[in-house]
Amino acid sequence: MAIAKVLGIETEYGITGGPDVDPITSSSIVVNAYAQQGRTRINWDFQGETPDLDARGLAGLTSFAPVVETHLANTVLTNGARLYVDHAHPEYSSPECRTPQEGTLYDVAGEEVMRRALTVANESLDPTQSITLYKNNSDGKGNSYGTHENYLVARDVEFSAIVRAMVPHFVSRQVIVGAGKVGAETDHGLDAHPFFQLSQRAEFFEEVVGLETTLKRPIINTRDEPHCDAERFRRLHVIIGDANMSQYATLVKLGSTALLLALLEDEGAQAFPSPPRHPVRAVRAYSLDTTLRAVEICEDDQWRSAWDFQDELWTMAARYIDQRGGDAVGSPDEVGLILEQWREMLDGVRDDHDAVADRVDWVAKLRIVKGIQDRYDLADDDAKLRAIDLQYHDIRPQRSLAQRVGLRTLREDEDIREAVHNAPTTTRAYFRGQCVARYPEQIVAANWDSVVFDLGQGPLQRVPMMDPLRGTAALTEDLLKVSPTADDLLEALDR
Amino acid sequence: MTEQERIQKQRSERAKDSTVDVPVDATKGDQLKAELDDLLDEIDEVLEENAEEFVRNYVQKGGE
Repeated sequence: MAIAKVLGIETEYGITGGPDVDPITSSSIVVNAYAQQGRTRINWDFQGETPDLDARGLAGLTSFAPVVETHLANTVLTNGARLYVDHAHPEYSSPECRTPQEGTLYDVAGEEVMRRALTVANESLDPTQSITLYKNNSDGKGNSYGTHENYLVARDVEFSAIVRAMVPHFVSRQVIVGAGKVGAETDHGLDAHPFFQLSQRAEFFEEVVGLETTLKRPIINTRDEPHCDAERFRRLHVIIGDANMSQYATLVKLGSTALLLALLEDEGAQAFPSPPRHPVRAVRAYSLDTTLRAVEICEDDQWRSAWDFQDELWTMAARYIDQRGGDAVGSPDEVGLILEQWREMLDGVRDDHDAVADRVDWVAKLRIVKGIQDRYDLADDDAKLRAIDLQYHDIRPQRSLAQRVGLRTLREDEDIREAVHNAPTTTRAYFRGQCVARYPEQIVAANWDSVVFDLGQGPLQRVPMMDPLRGTAALTEDLLKVSPTADDLLEALDR
Repeated sequence: MTEQERIQKQRSERAKDSTVDVPVDATKGDQLKAELDDLLDEIDEVLEENAEEFVRNYVQKGGE
């Protein structure tokens, strides 16, 4: 039986401005501004972080594991999320969510967190030093930063099966969830002289499988850091995705991937289409082709376009839900919505762009890029077109182009405001968020799988949360209600 | 009257007065073009004024 697809998205935001234009300083100002607005500053606890463990079970002989920078601003929010400075970007890691719709809500809440942080930060700065944030993935000059998804997968699924099953989806899903990009920025990308690409990220991928995230980026990342019981779970860390401005794109990105992982757990990798013989070549070639006609030779000697792959994968997922339901991913209504939207977006990108310009980011972006180009008769490499690309992702309402192109929204503003403050109730994020909200003075640190209390006397007390599906409202709400202090809570937990 | 109501009213009047059938697609196309024009006007208003400088100055360090 497929296990619950607990999931979430981590987003590094592009950043400009600040007092000394150093992105690390500016990112710290943004994160600290938000943390100081809250009731307390609770540090992230690095115990249990092992980003250098490789899911293939080997030491990464040719790979360098990411270096964890512990001195930078780093905090835990009452909605269960982590807000911190990662390298030279502010990053929001959403709380663990139980369904793709919830994952989308908390991704959007992250935008709102960043927007509020930015407002507070800029109030303290001279207007000439104003900071701006972009929810995108590249600067157009060869520098990329990530939007990573995480999915809970049963440990008994062999890593090689994940690779075999998921490569087709990861190289092809950009036809519906790519965020679009004007031009190219890597050597091989520039050689192809594209006017427009489906994906922000595709041209940065150089390997099929690997541990890296910043160099030689792999289509399947092998980081084996489950942040939970490693005997039972894996956390599939997906680094090949674009930051979406469209909520429907985020829903379908999370939903399609979660459904296919559930299918993999239930039916094995053999159920999946044969992968391209050259996945790296495929992901780049598909991104370069907005006509969606480019085909790649696959291991079964068939030629498939990215659209063909998505069509096959959708058909599989529809059959799977029909036969087994989609409980691991969401309610019947929710998986029905995911399937419907996935299909509509897929048909729209091929047959009728106008029908999906309200949901598919690359289609929405291309529409205004072409519109402005035609209106002013601009050359393909005109800076104005690149400016539109960048400004599509500006998170400030007065500047954001994404907010103007008529993208459909999934949730009301009120839900988003609520999600900025309150954690999902159906995962351990609930317990983390509640502890941060209720006992801020007694918590010295928190991370994905534990909360550490300092009661003022005796040793620090760590409350482990090794199962992402415990610590839910159903399991801990009563306990929290009858525990006005952290002492009461720990005493109650001891019983 | 909202924009949508105005367009619908125009459409129904046209259908009544005209003896020639207007292809649905053409009407839809005209409407989409008008919508795009409005959107492009709005984008023109908020787009960074010096696009060249804006694009040149947007430099990030890699992340992840």
